[in-house]
Amino acid sequence: MQMTRRMALGGLAASTLIAAPAVRAQAPVELTFNYPVAVGGPITKVIDGYCADFEKENPGIKIKPVYTGSYQDSITKALTAAKGGDAPDVAVLLSTDMFTLIDEGVVVSWDELPGVDKAWTDSFYPGFMENSRTGGKTWGIPFQRSTIVMYYNKDAFKAAGLDPETPPKNWAQQIEYAQKLTVRQGDNVTQWGIQIPSSGFPYWLFQALTTQADVRLMNAEGNRTFYDDPKVAEALNYWRDLVTKYKVHPPGIVEWGTTPRDFFEKKVAMMWTTTGNLTNVRANAKFPFGVAMLPAGKKPGSPTGGGNLYVFKAASATKREAAVKFAKFLTAPERAAQWGIDTGYVAVSPAAWETKKMKDYVAGFPPAAVARDQLPSAVAELSTHENQRVTQALNNALQAVLTGQKETQPALAAAQAEAERILRSYR
Amino acid sequence: MARAAGIGGSFGRERTTLHAWLMLAPAMILLVAFTHYPALATIWHSFFSTPKGARPARFIGAENYAVLADDPVFWLVLKNNLIYALGTVPLSIGIALAMALWVNGRIRGKAAMRMAYFVPTVLPMIAVANLWLFFYTPDYGLIDRMTRLLFGWGPTNWIGSQETALGAMMMVAIWKEAGFFMIFYLAALQAIPPVLHEAAAVEGASRFYTFRRVTLPLLGPTTLFIAVNAVINGFRLVDHIIVMTHGGPDNATALLLTYIYDVGFRYWDTALASALTVVLLLILCLLAAAQFLLMGRRTHYR
Repeated sequence: MQMTRRMALGGLAASTLIAAPAVRAQAPVELTFNYPVAVGGPITKVIDGYCADFEKENPGIKIKPVYTGSYQDSITKALTAAKGGDAPDVAVLLSTDMFTLIDEGVVVSWDELPGVDKAWTDSFYPGFMENSRTGGKTWGIPFQRSTIVMYYNKDAFKAAGLDPETPPKNWAQQIEYAQKLTVRQGDNVTQWGIQIPSSGFPYWLFQALTTQADVRLMNAEGNRTFYDDPKVAEALNYWRDLVTKYKVHPPGIVEWGTTPRDFFEKKVAMMWTTTGNLTNVRANAKFPFGVAMLPAGKKPGSPTGGGNLYVFKAASATKREAAVKFAKFLTAPERAAQWGIDTGYVAVSPAAWETKKMKDYVAGFPPAAVARDQLPSAVAELSTHENQRVTQALNNALQAVLTGQKETQPALAAAQAEAERILRSYR
Repeated sequence: MARAAGIGGSFGRERTTLHAWLMLAPAMILLVAFTHYPALATIWHSFFSTPKGARPARFIGAENYAVLADDPVFWLVLKNNLIYALGTVPLSIGIALAMALWVNGRIRGKAAMRMAYFVPTVLPMIAVANLWLFFYTPDYGLIDRMTRLLFGWGPTNWIGSQETALGAMMMVAIWKEAGFFMIFYLAALQAIPPVLHEAAAVEGASRFYTFRRVTLPLLGPTTLFIAVNAVINGFRLVDHIIVMTHGGPDNATALLLTYIYDVGFRYWDTALASALTVVLLLILCLLAAAQFLLMGRRTHYR
């Protein structure tokens, strides 16, 4: 009995060994596709659906989606895998990871790939391409991109005697509105006027303020930052004053993750967060809400954010060809439109906004177009060589100032010195 | 076994040795592959620069350590970690002992109480962190509601202020650990022969005196075991910090291990991360050795 079982097992093993080369010869190209979301949940279903549809259209190609958690986890996994010789073929990673991926030498530029022409790479909003190109090469294809917008509670506006259809247009108005919207009971505040999250990645939200103060945080080569520019200090002082001078913004570090909840619970009347939250807010806000472009300082502005498609160097020639097909499939106007509708991300090309599907959606739900309308004033998200380290220096400075531990000027000067030390070797 | 080897002569002894090695092999291979080799490799790598793209690693001696000595964040995380360990270790041990004494007594609903104290241990740390994130939410979180009810305090941003963030992280760790240590104390308490307590009672010793002179000394070995574990956890239990604050605000809650993660897997400066790991290893080795030497001598084993 034992013998026969062993023999049967052996035979089985041998047969797969013998059959393997034949199977491999006929096997379709299999692309590993890392996608930054936790396993389960509605988004994975959408992505699974895209992969299945693509395989139907392209019988020779199989897509193996791998769900890799948060953006932070995803870049860690992708780089660790690449260093271990097991890189994914295609991955969605933060657009700001571009320099890191180039420096580690693990990605190829899209221009070198078969089937890529300039007409396609130019078909996306230029605002999104700022974080996708450097040194004249295109390294990322925009897929799930966002900007920061302001969500406001229309009921709270009415209660404060403000017109719910006219959100604040500029910095002064923003303070004035926030003052009217802050509700106090004795020493306690029951409703804050405005909330700008500052946990995790405060630099991103801060960059909206600096853009509005008409200053850039870094150069296009990603090897120089301008943290100590007086206008940057002006932007930070504005944020701090919301807390300390006008007392219309909750003190300390405001959690990114619980900010939408604070909004739903009516603890705050106006919040700044990503357009990627639009679907979430629409589903969970139990009151009429508005979406507005961020108020202008010297000028309007917001950084872009979100993820790009990257192709890894380790992918073979056939896989690279398949990767291009897949990227074109994912960013085709119809699909980009549907993706934007499903998630709240900004559809990445003007053509997507011209589709009937999108036009109908915007007609029925005008807030969906706010992020697009804000794009002309949008700038590239802070991204440099050794990105995480350089942005962390700024994060630390911001948090130190917002928690009242340091003064604006010395904090920003220290952050700039740290960034200089790191970036010097990249010039 | 030994006698059999003696009779069998040198061949028998060899066979016994072989058997011993074979028995040790599975555990040893795992230990060497996943503990000793990585530890040695880490020390080795800490003397090289970080390889980047086309630039391979090269020997730089102690430069990584010099960089650390100049790094204010390194000293800050070291200080934070010291406070964190000093706060969590005695408190979680003390609470564990109190809880164990409490549920070891004759009280109603003993089983339910023991269960309740043990629950935090069963929960994964990531789930715990997300739970506490909402406990600590300013204004409508559980903690703020309680402080308002009890003391009439206003909203406090527990994990978003420099002053309270580290304390808030320590609370979570103590809450998580105390129940686990309680189980050990409970087992040790039940192993103490009742005769000893009876004898103390006959002698007319007070309850406190009995506890101090009878119970506590007999719990010595358990306390040593728990103390070693608590100290190691004081450096190791950081999952909740990664979830709740990422070490912020402005590194107020950054500990050695979270800093190692940041340097290694966010900044990709693997060489510097190796040097940091060596520092952590050294600290842990020294602490464990000190505990065994100092406390071990005074611990009463039966």
